[in-house]
Amino acid sequence: MITFENVSKKYPDGTEALKEISFRVREGELLTLIGPSGCGKTTTMKMINRLIEPSEGSISINGEDISKMDPVKLRRNTGYVIQQIGLLPHMTIAENVALVPKLKKWPKEKYQKRVDELLDLVGLDPSVFRERYPFELSGGQQQRIGVIRALAGEPPVILMDEPFSALDPISREQLQDELVRLQQEIHKTIVFVTHDMDEAIKIADRIVIMKDGEILQIDDSDHILRRPANDFVREFIGEDRLSSDDDASLTARSLMMKRVAVARPTRGLAEGLELMKSYSVDSLYITDKDHHFQGVVFLDTLENYYRDEDKKLQDIMETDVSIVRPDVAYPSVAEIFSNPAVRTIPVVEDDKLVGLITRSSMMRGLAGMTQRHHREGGGANG
Amino acid sequence: MDEQSFFEIFIQTVMDRRIEILIALREHLVMSITSIIIATLISVPLGIFLSRRQKLAEPVITITALFQTIPSIALLAFMITIPFLGIGKDSAIVALTIYSLLPILRNTYTGLVGVDQSIIEAGKGMGMTSNQVMFKIRLRLALPVIMAGLRTATVITIGVTTLATFIGAGGLGDLIATGLGTLRKDLILAGAIPAALLALVFDGFLRWVERKATPRGIKKNI
Repeated sequence: MITFENVSKKYPDGTEALKEISFRVREGELLTLIGPSGCGKTTTMKMINRLIEPSEGSISINGEDISKMDPVKLRRNTGYVIQQIGLLPHMTIAENVALVPKLKKWPKEKYQKRVDELLDLVGLDPSVFRERYPFELSGGQQQRIGVIRALAGEPPVILMDEPFSALDPISREQLQDELVRLQQEIHKTIVFVTHDMDEAIKIADRIVIMKDGEILQIDDSDHILRRPANDFVREFIGEDRLSSDDDASLTARSLMMKRVAVARPTRGLAEGLELMKSYSVDSLYITDKDHHFQGVVFLDTLENYYRDEDKKLQDIMETDVSIVRPDVAYPSVAEIFSNPAVRTIPVVEDDKLVGLITRSSMMRGLAGMTQRHHREGGGANG
Repeated sequence: MDEQSFFEIFIQTVMDRRIEILIALREHLVMSITSIIIATLISVPLGIFLSRRQKLAEPVITITALFQTIPSIALLAFMITIPFLGIGKDSAIVALTIYSLLPILRNTYTGLVGVDQSIIEAGKGMGMTSNQVMFKIRLRLALPVIMAGLRTATVITIGVTTLATFIGAGGLGDLIATGLGTLRKDLILAGAIPAALLALVFDGFLRWVERKATPRGIKKNI
């Protein structure tokens, strides 16, 4: 459906962002472009709606060369979701979603109906959210609007530029799940840029691995995991996903849960208690807006201070906590758990909370029962 | 002359000269408002143009900043040497207009350029034309900043208009100049107080307009 033929991009300063790449996106598939930063994945995606023009080569959609199309028209028929969400802050949610239909001059009843339909599709009650403004929504809700805004004009092609990477881990997983579910209903052709291999494996029909402006491998995730094209791909997808389950490969990453109940340090104690109830957990992990790990609040501490209405979670959180990096091996994790007072171990990478090891998640990890589906497939054959 | 009796003299002066004060106030208003309107009509479109040609922005804004560094009285005096303008209101309006350009232009430009790039990219990526991006996104979001510039310009201009008297353009400066010449504090105040009140009233009015014109979704940021 979308065809790249020998597409290159050279900038005036001589840098080559793309080197004669050719590939096809099939109709109705979700294709992810993945690679380290600077590999050209975003450049490739932005060429599809002509936000960036190729220096050489041609791109066509359904056989029609896009360089001969009116870029404004092309963009109105191509959904676009970006990492920074980019909702228009001065417009209501309904106005934001109706933007492309209005640009395409749909009659009012038609686009109003469409807005309600789409809000329902992502589980946001239209009567509540229609008239709200973007700043009144959480990050996860805002990006849901970002996604349905891209769907509103019924475009056959949707481009998504790391749409979930700025969200907190829980919202990110939810939105990934929703996208997979949504795609089963709508069957759009989606080009999805990401740098997160877990995300790519979870959502993609096919994965394009790029490096330095070149395509290294295009295949479905199972084939890529089984037969990485070269050492770079092998390293990029991560040895822990490839190797079989011998003990040496057991690291904190494979023992942890990725869904962690997080809260901001400035939340009040009543809010904290609500969060614990809604996640059915007895501890909350305090992170700032950049997901930097700050401390832990346990249910019993919270209950002790509950009467003090002026206290915030940051005032009662425990900061002297044992943490591990994701690549720490199993014996070190077990060592920490040998202290009976340790209930959980946060897994922290670059100061950011990436997961949580509990005694039960460690047992599951040891038994090879990780929640990653690709691991089950790989393990059986390994 | 104690406090009480000076206050009485002042009130007496205001009562005696109320017609004169009202005429001066009207002249003052006409000159200030005309200059502000002309300056806005020049600066806002110019700001839009410069936001699209950012290389020109720095030199153009520097020129308007240079005008601002000329002492206002010198700028007024210089105008009367220009043929067709001469002594009177026309010269004053041209000088005051030049004087109001900078705050409006600078704020329009900064406001337009300062709009969050991700919002612009989203608009463009959804298929808005560059004019739609300008009028539906940039200008709407820059409005509070542009209005702040307009308010600054208004307050400055109403103040500087008091100097227009020295090139025979009238206004509340007439009363102040007469008061200075005859060493009468009451007359100086009879000109200065209405000028100050005028500035406050307009600033308040424009703030009200700004609030009305700011979309609800971005109000919390102000």
